[in-house]
Parts: sequence; structure tokens; C-alpha cells
Amino acid sequence: MDIFGIPIQAFLGQLLLGLVNGSFYAMLSLGLAVIFGLLGIVNFAHGALYMIGAYVAWIGLNKFGINYWVSLVLAPVVVGALGVVIERTLLKHLYKIDPIYGLLLTFGLALIAEGLFREQFGVSGQQYEVPDLLQGATNLGFMVLPNYRAWVVFASLVVCLGTWFLIERTRLGAYLRAGTENPALVQAFGINVPLMVMLTYAGGAGLAALAGVLAAPVIQVTPLMGSNLIIIVFAVVVIGGMGSILGSILTGLALGLIEGLTKVFYPEASNIVVFVIMAIVLMIRPAGLFGKEK
Amino acid sequence: MVAATSTTIERRGRIALWVGLAFLIIAPLIGLYPVFMMKALCYAIFACAFNLLLGFTGLLSFGHAAFLGAAAYFTGWLVRSAGLSPELGVLGGTLGAAAIGLVVGAIAIRRQGIYFAMVTLAMAQMVYFVWLQAPFTGGEDGLQGVPRGKLFGLLPLANDLTLYYVVLVVFVAVFLFIMRIVHSPYGQVLKAIRENEPRAISLGYDVDRYKLLAFVISTALAGLAGSLKTLILGFATLSDAHWSLSGEVVLMTLLGGMGTFAGPVIGAFTIIGLQDFLADRVGSWINVIIGVIFVVCVVAFRRGFIGELLAWQRRRR
Repeated sequence: MDIFGIPIQAFLGQLLLGLVNGSFYAMLSLGLAVIFGLLGIVNFAHGALYMIGAYVAWIGLNKFGINYWVSLVLAPVVVGALGVVIERTLLKHLYKIDPIYGLLLTFGLALIAEGLFREQFGVSGQQYEVPDLLQGATNLGFMVLPNYRAWVVFASLVVCLGTWFLIERTRLGAYLRAGTENPALVQAFGINVPLMVMLTYAGGAGLAALAGVLAAPVIQVTPLMGSNLIIIVFAVVVIGGMGSILGSILTGLALGLIEGLTKVFYPEASNIVVFVIMAIVLMIRPAGLFGKEK
Repeated sequence: MVAATSTTIERRGRIALWVGLAFLIIAPLIGLYPVFMMKALCYAIFACAFNLLLGFTGLLSFGHAAFLGAAAYFTGWLVRSAGLSPELGVLGGTLGAAAIGLVVGAIAIRRQGIYFAMVTLAMAQMVYFVWLQAPFTGGEDGLQGVPRGKLFGLLPLANDLTLYYVVLVVFVAVFLFIMRIVHSPYGQVLKAIRENEPRAISLGYDVDRYKLLAFVISTALAGLAGSLKTLILGFATLSDAHWSLSGEVVLMTLLGGMGTFAGPVIGAFTIIGLQDFLADRVGSWINVIIGVIFVVCVVAFRRGFIGELLAWQRRRR
């Protein structure tokens, strides 16, 4: 059976791959949006943190024999701790000045991280083994579904929705949202806003690292994997608008799917389709699909 | 920032500019390698163009390498494949970059502040992918072997020293042009937009048109830098259009002092000199070093060399 002359197996395969990429876009843009909301900083280092997450998993497996499932917890903790250090030593000096400095500082951090990993591991990609439990594929009748890819989509959906629930439906999330609106007032109510800010950055960093571990077995682990991704995620964030959590998730997944479709029908444009959509959205709705004009 | 200085500081500044010019005139005669100096001057033009946006209009373009890279490719193609003379090649490259700047600018100015930076970065990445796949750019190899030719059909540019003085003349012209813009009524409006955009709107200025014109001028000058670079080095490659170069030009401007005239020039010479000096000594540590300078600049040295110098002069008075 064919769809527009493309074998359905190839078609669905690309669609699934698009959904996998979309899951990473969703997780990263979610973290970016939460950090921007509370800190007012566009975290360019987000891609680098994602890359470090993947390397923590890779080093863990190949040097210390730490398996995938442990890495899934360990990498976010390690990178989250790194996030605490970054926030406490560097970012906290920038909250009262123009947000462009936050972007520039985190850009510098991304260069440092990328340079260090390049020095240590070179630019060529490292392979990360798919864990035993998720190897192979399941035949669904109309397509063969690689187990690991299905797991990535499932896991990141759970994480994204969990984050949404935490922010929109819990008391902690209410503090967080209040802090985004008016930090001085929240502080006056006796809530430790600096601590909340620190944990938010650590949480966003951890989320990026988790995406990195999930990505490690589907892509090559390289020092450059983060910077290639972060620019696309910026476009995703511009398209979605950083105002809404669910908006970031939906935009991320949808753009992944569209990118997958483009790979099927017009592969030459698959690299640029996200940017073209961004340009179109800016022409029609400058605040982004889910954004509010401030 | 510059406007508030007293006349003595202004006079010292003028003397410093003349000293700087004198240094640039004799530089190749006192043993400084002309190709290195030309390359540094190109990046100085690039940084000055960028500073017109960041320093004087308050717009952070994080994709300026796209325009330098575009002009580098256009000039390379026009001179090598179409056989045009160097001045027409440079003109074509500059206009081409301005045309791309017009499109990118029209889209990017629809968002303010930090979003503007993200949009320009994303648009520049799109342009990068176009160069990666377009047939005329030579893909990963780039355009090689671009001849320098004869300026106006008369002056052969193959000699490094001749070309150096041509580039120096262009650089001085760009520097004066930017000073003229900033001191003109138009430049004052740009500063007003930088300081308080809603206020400028309420005073009746069509802010978007002012910003777009500044963007196009800046991208044209960035293109001029790229075109000259192709003539000097004889090639145009993907690294001319890569986001890391967009980051470097931000660093040059920040390090030298954004919103000052000489700052981006000092910054460009510092960074290019550093890269040249460290290239065979530290290998890929160079990125780490650039990153560290970035972080230090943002945390502790936001005014840059010239900005700190001006502040020190004012305190001393």
C-alpha cells in the first residue's frame, strides 16, 4: 500500500522519527520556557546541557558500566547539580540587567562546554547501545515499530505532561507561576524566591539532560549535538510563544511531525522547514501561536 | 554613552583616532603581516556594522554571519565564475547581502528584545542550510581560487600591500559613514528607540521603518566585509556563514565596548589577533578560551575596553 507514491512503511517510519525528534523539541522548549518565565534568561546553554546529559550516559556505560536505566536518573541529577552551580555563581548577577546578557553568558557557557568535550572526545560520533529490554521491534501489522523509538515518544510525553501537571496543578507550581508574575510580592509572602529560581534552573537543566539520555541511543553522541538542536528549539519557541506550557509541548511535537513529513516528500527542505514555518508564523501572528503580546 | 563626554575627553578621543589611523597606515611597513591586518580590518568593518545595530539601535542580531557569508559567496561567484571585476564583485556581494538583510529584517523586527535575537539566529541558520545545499557554493568545500583581479581595470590587487591600502581606505570610509549616521538626526532617532521604544512610537516615529533601515545598512556593511574577505583570502566557505561567527562578532563588539565608535575595531583586532596567535598553540582549546572571555565580559566587563576607558576618564576629571 502506498501514500502518494511512498511505501506506507517508509512513510510511517519517517513520521515516527519526526515524532521522536518532536519529543526532544518539546522537552527542550518546555525547559527553556520555564527558565525564561522565572529567570528572564534565554538559556543558550540548554543544548550544551542536553549534550552533557547524553555524555554522562555514554561515559557511565562505557567507563563505569552504569546501565541505561540508572543513567536516566543519574544524568539529570548530575546536570541539575551543574545547573545549580551555574545559577549560583554566574546567572544570579544578571537578573537586574538587560536579558540579552543572559543569552550572551549562556552562549559563552555553551562554547566552553562544547570546546571541552571536543578536546576530550573529538568531533566524531559515539554509539550508545539500545538497552536490552527495548531492543528489537514490534510488528503492528501495518508497520514494524522499533521498540526504542516508541519508548522515547512515550517517556517524553509522560515527562512533559508530568511537568505540566507540576506547574499548573500543584502548590509548588502555583508559587512558580506567581513568581513569574511578581517575584517581589511572592517574596513578601515568605516564599524563598532565590531558592525557587535556583531549583527552576536546575530542573530545566535536568530536563535537558534527560532528553539527552533518551536521545543517546537514537542519534550519534557528539559534542556538537546540542548546538545543532538548540537553534531549531529557538525557532520552535518563537513559533509556539513561551507563554504556555502545553503550547510548547504541542508545538514541539507538531514541528517534529512536519519535519518528518518534509523528509518524505521533499527531503531537500527538511533542514529548513521549521525556520520557514517560523517566518510564516511571524508574518501572521507575531506573538506566536500560543503567546500573548506583552 | 559617548554624547555626554566633555570637550577634553572628546579631544583626546579625536587624537586617539588619528594615532590609530597613523598606526594602520604604517602597520605593514613596520613588519605586521599585511594579510593578517587585512583580515582584521574586514572583521573590524563587520563588528562596526554589527555595533550600529546593537550599540546604537539596541537590536541584538544573533545571525550576522549570514550576511557576511552571503556576500562572500556572491562576490566569489561573481568574480570567479561570472568574470566580473573586483569592484563590481564587491558591489554585487554588498547589495546581495542587503537584499537578504531586507527580507530577514522585515521578519525579525516583528518581535522585540530577546525574541529578535532568537529570530535572527534561526533565519541565519536557514540561510546557512541553503548555502550548504545550493549548487553554486561548492557545499562543504566552498568556493576556492577566487582571483583578485584589477581594481577598475587599472590597479592590480595581487600585491598584498596594494590591496591592504585599498582595504584600509574602505575601512576608513565605513568608519566615517557610521559616525555620520550616528550623529545625524536619523541616528538620534535610533538612539531614542534604543533607550525607550514605546516613547519613540508615541512621539510619532515609525519605529519599524527606522529599525528596518538600520538593519539593512548594517547587513550591507557586514556584506561589504564578507566581499572584501573573499578577495583577500581568495575563498568563501561555510564557516563564513556559521553561527559561531555570529557569536564572535557579538564578542568583538562587547569586548571593545558596544555603543562606542572605536570599540568594535579594538575588539575585532583583539579576537582575530588572539585566534591567530593561539591557532597552532592550543588547537581546539580556542573555543573554550573564547567562551571564557565571553563569560568574563558579561559578568565583569560589560562596558568593554573603550567603555571602561571613557568611564575612567570621566571619573578622573
